[in-house]
Amino acid sequence: MSVIERARPVERAAVREPRVTDEHGRRIRVWELALRYTLLLAVLAITVGPFLWQLSTSLKGPTEDIYSSPPTFLPEHPTLHNYKRVADTIPVWDYAFNSLKVASANVVTNCVGSALAGYALARLRYRGRRVATLVFILAMLVPVEGIIIAQFTTMRELGLNNTLIGVVLPGCIGAMNVLLMRNAFLNLPYEIEEAAYVDGANVWQRFLRIALPSVKGTVAVVAIFAFMGAWDDFLWPLIVLSDPSKFTLTIGLNYLHGTFANDERLVAAGTVIAVAPLIALFACLQRYFFRGVGEGAVKG
Amino acid sequence: MALSTVSRVRRQLPTSPWLFAAPGLLITGVFILYPFGSTLANAFTDRRTLIPGHFVGFANFRELWHDDMFWTGLRNSTLYIVGVVPALVVLPLLLALLVQKNIPGITFFRSAFYTPVVASIVVVGLIWVWLLDERGLVNSLLETIGVGRIGFLSDQWLLLFSAMAVTVWKGLGYYMIIYLAALANVPRELHEAASVDGAGAIRRFFTVTVPAVRSTMVLVGALSSVAAFKVFSEVYLMAGPSGGPAGEDTTLVMLVQRTGTGLTGRVGYASALSVVVFVVTVALMLLVLRADRREDA
Repeated sequence: MSVIERARPVERAAVREPRVTDEHGRRIRVWELALRYTLLLAVLAITVGPFLWQLSTSLKGPTEDIYSSPPTFLPEHPTLHNYKRVADTIPVWDYAFNSLKVASANVVTNCVGSALAGYALARLRYRGRRVATLVFILAMLVPVEGIIIAQFTTMRELGLNNTLIGVVLPGCIGAMNVLLMRNAFLNLPYEIEEAAYVDGANVWQRFLRIALPSVKGTVAVVAIFAFMGAWDDFLWPLIVLSDPSKFTLTIGLNYLHGTFANDERLVAAGTVIAVAPLIALFACLQRYFFRGVGEGAVKG
Repeated sequence: MALSTVSRVRRQLPTSPWLFAAPGLLITGVFILYPFGSTLANAFTDRRTLIPGHFVGFANFRELWHDDMFWTGLRNSTLYIVGVVPALVVLPLLLALLVQKNIPGITFFRSAFYTPVVASIVVVGLIWVWLLDERGLVNSLLETIGVGRIGFLSDQWLLLFSAMAVTVWKGLGYYMIIYLAALANVPRELHEAASVDGAGAIRRFFTVTVPAVRSTMVLVGALSSVAAFKVFSEVYLMAGPSGGPAGEDTTLVMLVQRTGTGLTGRVGYASALSVVVFVVTVALMLLVLRADRREDA
C-alpha cells in the first residue's frame, strides 16, 4: 500500500488538493486531521486557558462582576487599575527585583562553577577524580526536601539566614549541572585539545579558548534552568526569608494571597507580574528549554 | 601560538585541577553533604532552632510512631503517588502521540502545552485556587450546565484530589517532551508492518508504541513518583499552611516545614521526619528500577 502511495507522482496530487503530509511525506486523511486539531484545541484550552482567565481577571475593573454565571471571558472595560493596586499593597517591584537578583546570581554561579568542575571531572588527570565525581553523583541523589531543615540551621550558623545570599547559596552550583557539563566535555573529541597542548597552551587557555566555546549549547541549557529554578523556587526562600522587605516574588505572592485572599483581581494581577517574564523568556528560547528536559531526564 | 614562560610554569602546577573543581566541591560539601550528615545526626537529638540539644536515642522515632499527624502526612504523600503517577505515565504519552506528527502549527501547540511547566508552582497554585473557588470559573461553568457548585477547596478529599489534578496539569508538558524524544526513536517500519497486518490504531498503540517506549515509561514513573512523594507547594497553597480542614491534608514535607522552621522549630524531630522522607524516596527509586529489570528478564 505504502509503496503505491509513494510511487504516485507528487505533482499530480498537488494539483488536486493541497496535501498535508506527516514527517515521512505520507498524506494524512482529512477526518484524521480534523480530529487531531479538535483534540489539540481542547488540550490548548485546558493548558493555556487558566493563564488567560487569570489575565482576564486581572484586567477587570472593580465594578465588573467576576463571579457571574455563565462567566464573562473578556473584560468589558480592560483596566490596569489592579496592577497599580498590587504595587500599593506590597512592594511588588522590589520583590521582582529581588527575584531578578537571585535568578541572575544563580545563572552566573551555576554556569561558571559547573563549567569549571565539569571540565575538571572530564578532562584533567589527577588523583581523586573518581571520588570527586562520586561526590557530585551522591549530591544529585540527595532529595533537597529531606535536608532542608539542616540547610536552614547551616545557614543560621553562617549568619546568612534572611539574606538573598542565603537564598542563592545552596543551589548556586547544582550537582546535576556539574554532571551535565562533564558529559558535554566528555563528548568533545580529544584531538583538538591535544593539538593545543602540543602548541603549549596551558590548562586555562585550553579550557577558555577551546573547550568552553564548543559546549555553548549546554551552558545555555544550564543558564536557562538556573534562571527558571531560582525565579520559580518556593520552599527554600519560604524557609530562609522571614523579613518581608527581602521577599522574592513567589514568597511575596504567597503573602499577598494569605492576606488578601478575597481580592481575586489583586492576586491575579500579582501572578501575571510573576509569570510574564518567564513566558517571554520561554517564547524566545524554546529550543534550549526542550533540550534541557531531554538532558536532565537522562541524568536525573 | 604565543608561548610565554608564565604559561609554561602554570602548566606544571599540580594544584590546578583541584582549583577547577574547588568551588563546586565546596558548595556541594557545605550545603548538601554536610546538611545531609547533620540531618542524620540531629534525628537522634532534641535540638531546637535556638537550643543545641542532646542525644536522645530513638525517642524522636518513637514519638512519630505515636504522632497522628505523621501518619496523616505519610498517608497523604503516599496517596499522592497513587493518584498522580499513573496519570503522569499515561497522559503525556497520549499527548506526545497527538503532537508527534508535523502538521501545520504543531510547534505552536507543543510550546503552548509546555507553558504550565515554565510557570512557578506558586503562580500555578494561585491560578487554580481562583479557578476552583466556590465562586470561580469551574463552578460558574458547572452551574451553567446545571451540575451545581462543588466545594473543591473545602472538603478534605476533594482538596487533595484537586491538588493532584494541578500537579498532573503542571507536569503534562514536561513528560510530553521526554516521550516525544523516545517516540522519535521508534522505527517507522514497525508501525507499517503492523498496519499491513491489519492492526488498527489502538492495537498498534499497545503492540508497537508501548513496548517501544516502555523504558521511558519506567523513567517517567520513577521521576514522577519521587516528586509526588515530596509534594509540598501545591497542597500548601491550595489547602493553606495548616493543611486544610483540621490539618487533614498535611503532607510529609509540609509537616517537616511546619515542625522544623521558625524560632521555636523542633529541629531534632523535623530531622527524624526528614529521614523518613529520605528513606522512602530511595526505596521508591530502587523499587522502580527493580521492576524495570524484572520485566527485562
